[in-house]
Amino acid sequence: MDYHIATSFDDAIAVASKAQGITRFLAGGTDVLVQLRADIVTPDTLIDIKHIEGVKDISRESDGSWRIGIAVAGAEMTEHAALMADWPGVVEAMDLVGSTQVQGRATLTGNLCNGSPAADSVPAMVAAAMSATVAGPNGTRQVAVKDIPTGPGRSSLAKGELITALHIPARGTSSGDAYLRFIPRTEMDIAVVGCAVNLTLDGDTITSARVVLGAVAPTILLVQEAANAIIGTSLDEAALTALATAASAACNPINDKRGTIEFRTHVAGVLAKRSAKIAYERALANTGNSA
Amino acid sequence: MALDGPKTSGFTAVGTTPNRPDGLDKVTGRAKFGADAQAPGMLHAAIVRSPHAHARIVSIDTSKAEALKGVKTVVTRADFTTGLKGENWNILENVMAGDTALYDGHAVAAVAAISPLIARDAIKLVEVEYQVLPHVTNVDAAMAQDAPIIREGAANKSVPAGLHPNVVRYHESGHGDVDKGFAAADLVIEDHFTTEATHQGYIEPHACLAQLGGDGKGELWCCTQGHWNVQKICAALVGIETSQLRVTASEIGGGFGGKTVVFIEPVALALSRKANRPVKLVMNRSEVFRASGPTSSTSMDVKIGMKNDGTITAASGTFRLQGGAFPGAPMEFTAMCAFAPYALENVRQVGYDVMTNRPKQAAYRAPGSPMAAFAVESVIDELCKELGLDPIQTRLKNASHEGTKASFGPKFDKIGLVETLEAAKAHPHFTAPLGENQGRGVSCGFWFNHSGETSVTLALSEDGSAQIVVGTPDIGGSRASMALMAAEELGIPYENIRCTIADTASLGYNEVSHGSRVTYASGLATIAAARDAVKRLCGRAAAKWGIDEEAVVWEDGCAKPSGPNAGDFDPLPLAEITRTMGATGGPINGHFEATPEGAGVSFATHIVDAEVDPETGKTSIVRYTVVQDAGKAIHPAYVEGQFQGGAAQGIGWALNEEYIYGEDGRLQNDLFLDYRIPVASDLPMIDTVIVEVPNPGHPYGVRGVGETSICPPLAAIANAVSAAAGVRLHDLPMSPPRIRAALDAQKDG
Amino acid sequence: MSNIHVTTTVNGDEVEFLCDPRETLLDALRDKLNLTGAKEGCGTGDCGACSVTMDGRLVCSCLVLGAEAEGKQIGTVEGIADGETLHPLQQKFIEYAALQCGICTPGILVATKALLEKNPDPTETEVRYWLAGNLCRCTGYDKIIRAVMDTAADLRRAS
Repeated sequence: MDYHIATSFDDAIAVASKAQGITRFLAGGTDVLVQLRADIVTPDTLIDIKHIEGVKDISRESDGSWRIGIAVAGAEMTEHAALMADWPGVVEAMDLVGSTQVQGRATLTGNLCNGSPAADSVPAMVAAAMSATVAGPNGTRQVAVKDIPTGPGRSSLAKGELITALHIPARGTSSGDAYLRFIPRTEMDIAVVGCAVNLTLDGDTITSARVVLGAVAPTILLVQEAANAIIGTSLDEAALTALATAASAACNPINDKRGTIEFRTHVAGVLAKRSAKIAYERALANTGNSA
Repeated sequence: MALDGPKTSGFTAVGTTPNRPDGLDKVTGRAKFGADAQAPGMLHAAIVRSPHAHARIVSIDTSKAEALKGVKTVVTRADFTTGLKGENWNILENVMAGDTALYDGHAVAAVAAISPLIARDAIKLVEVEYQVLPHVTNVDAAMAQDAPIIREGAANKSVPAGLHPNVVRYHESGHGDVDKGFAAADLVIEDHFTTEATHQGYIEPHACLAQLGGDGKGELWCCTQGHWNVQKICAALVGIETSQLRVTASEIGGGFGGKTVVFIEPVALALSRKANRPVKLVMNRSEVFRASGPTSSTSMDVKIGMKNDGTITAASGTFRLQGGAFPGAPMEFTAMCAFAPYALENVRQVGYDVMTNRPKQAAYRAPGSPMAAFAVESVIDELCKELGLDPIQTRLKNASHEGTKASFGPKFDKIGLVETLEAAKAHPHFTAPLGENQGRGVSCGFWFNHSGETSVTLALSEDGSAQIVVGTPDIGGSRASMALMAAEELGIPYENIRCTIADTASLGYNEVSHGSRVTYASGLATIAAARDAVKRLCGRAAAKWGIDEEAVVWEDGCAKPSGPNAGDFDPLPLAEITRTMGATGGPINGHFEATPEGAGVSFATHIVDAEVDPETGKTSIVRYTVVQDAGKAIHPAYVEGQFQGGAAQGIGWALNEEYIYGEDGRLQNDLFLDYRIPVASDLPMIDTVIVEVPNPGHPYGVRGVGETSICPPLAAIANAVSAAAGVRLHDLPMSPPRIRAALDAQKDG
Repeated sequence: MSNIHVTTTVNGDEVEFLCDPRETLLDALRDKLNLTGAKEGCGTGDCGACSVTMDGRLVCSCLVLGAEAEGKQIGTVEGIADGETLHPLQQKFIEYAALQCGICTPGILVATKALLEKNPDPTETEVRYWLAGNLCRCTGYDKIIRAVMDTAADLRRAS
């Protein structure tokens, strides 16, 4: 295994484009090292991208959107009060990944690129309509986070391409997000089901919503029917019931060591309701003063 | 040692909670555990393991591995002794497969190289050709007529005719007439229960450093609960004389029964002999789960009859345990412990030891007992519910006490079950209000406790300090307990005593640290050795004073004249005698070598409150209280630690821990990620009540405390969860999908 | 396959080692620098026995490459005591019987020291969640949590 410290994204792209065999980028390393240790994936080339300028930065752009550097660790997001105030669902979802120790290293980008349908941060990122800047030998493009994972362990990035930054839209007023997952313990498990909700209100009526499920299909699911169930409502009991039904109906899970098809399908509905309630409360409380 | 009844009062050292002697080393990182040792010229080893649950090994080609730069040697089964019989053969077969791989993870070859990375690379180059055979991992499936046979001829004579060859041992015991008893009952409940295999889950993987020369002399450093056992087995497996192998026990990073046997040590010795270099071998976590001993999984049927007033009229149980690909599942313990808490006129228990394509089971904290308690105490809980009876009062009504003919045969001596039940009843926890979706469960539990062969030497130094040399690895703070007991006898401060775990060349034979035996047996031996030394101290004083040895007593750390001579001479402190011991007859030591008899049995009663989220089936343990009879708590803080640790392991077993096998017979969850032991945020504080009903078989009344604490939790939690969820759970673990399914079934039914 | 030369600072001492690119910081600490206080309980970041700090941030050293330690400040259990003077957490862990076998203790001490530096007044729940990645199989955590809470209270009184 060759270990290369990239000095710039261009350097990283050049090395990755020329590399033979398996290439991995090293940011937090919490998946790469586990796979290496367990002899699941031993990269031929490992490109450390933590030393590139700006990759550890969290910055708010002039339009109120956020730019998250690709080597920003979960703990650094949790400690960022303004980011937390704007996008608590995204920050909390990332914070659920692994232990305190893992939070000291693990990154949003890594959680995304690992390609697990159970990744905690990805439903929250998709609910937030986040995008990524992807750079490669043929230039730079903007890609919706939703379009990056294509299946377990697979992504839409081409050889030599890597994410250079993640972007969260401006929060806007009367809107809020939330993410909940189900695990058997209180910590340290992979999500059996995850659900993120991001919504905007006019008064007490939901005007737009994104409901995203994790760990219930080969990729995360953006469920329009679930969003439709609550748009135009004030999240009354009938809307919540319709939301749960729509969320459960969208599931296409498997039986495995973490849960059964029946369990995942049922709990997806439960979590959709609970996440929506939290997002709704946050939206009610979000009068725009925090910005 | 003759006993006039245990000492029950007037303790000065015993019952205090001084700092442990290994504390400083363990908080500074200095303590040396299994993987922390090194030797000059040391090689690193790795093991090739079967990816199949059951496969004939057609051929092993090691040439590519041997050709890798840095690889020094490779061993297979051919490098071990042949002609072994009985359990030694079983152990060798488990340590290194013969012609058949019997479970996923079974060792088939091993490599030693100049670095751990090269060793890991090399095992990928060992080419093994397998012929895959049909496999079975479930205990009931393994007993079925069409089940694949793990090994013909493994059954012993206890097995009745007509059973599948995978049933290798059979147990039956009890007394009275259960049919008559059931007929006399107002209500009889019979139910089926299962528990999945769990792992001891010690955080320290198995590790050793071995050196074996062509002269047949060996040195072995390893993390083990019993290094004399390691010495005996390893010597047999590599074909050297027992005494030629010196084994040193490292600090041990948890064992809970799982480090009472050997897995990698003979492999490291064989590699070392072949490479003529020291060899270090450390398991990774996946290997620990796949190839070291988990506990048995079970399938159980329990039937209990009760009168309307709560009197149990009869009880019977059938307990089927799989112990992996070898005989040894502790089904007789399961059967014998099942009904031990109750004084029964009619009781019958049957056990089956069944082989499957799983790793060879190893002891896990009160092996076999927690599963029995789960089944029996669940049925008692249902009976109490149906008949509107109080769970503690009902257990008190039927509780075993001194003189009861135990369900497993003998009459109980003095025991403390009633006292634990009374203490539980009086505890504020038992009557505290419950919140929404919460339920309370109680359960009793029983463990035999063990004694075993024990050697201890106590040596006095010229300055009046003392050293105790024991042979039972310290798995729970026992060095502190030994020093407290010696301080009590000698009358010198705890701080002036150092307790060391000797290597096998420095002391006589000691059985493994298991069966909750250490504080009892090594403790008794320490007291006896101290009394032996005191006798000599008194002899020196008598000689000095010119009086009979019998006229000297030992009090408060001094020899004193007694009887007609009382007051004739000034008391002679220990340090005064030892200061001149070289000139007055030589060194003063004390010894004990024997197998003490009288390890008192132990009972516990646990109370637990569980909250179940009806929408997700997730259980939270919100309150937990352990009440257990310790006989006498030598170091109460460490006794509490044993109570709390057992309860926590029981919580894991009850709720989330399980071996999950795929259709292919491979273990699906061989990492801590998916083998879900409780984390800090899963648990509440765990309250403890130490009951002390002295054990007549120990000079201070000590009963072992380490294991009983894991016996009640499975049932107590099942009873609490069932109360909270409103539906009875019959299968462990009570994972959220299981609880949800039970709730759905109840709704549909 | 060539080794990488790494210069780093461990517990205040500048040290150098050569490592294979695949070796972890834990491997380097234990096998190259002979600092065996950090333990490997899992190698997958699930048990926390290998906890160290890197530039003040709590991490699992099994999830850091040795090569990544270049130019960093590493803190291990061996650096917690000030010479012969134990850190209050170390003292309290012994007094409170907050360890049994002691294999998880180095990781838990490194983790709790990092917690108290960040949050001098944690609740019991905060301590439990902070330590969720440090498995202990012996104690049931009770005495560990009490030791941490009491040390925190002592340190607050002393400051």
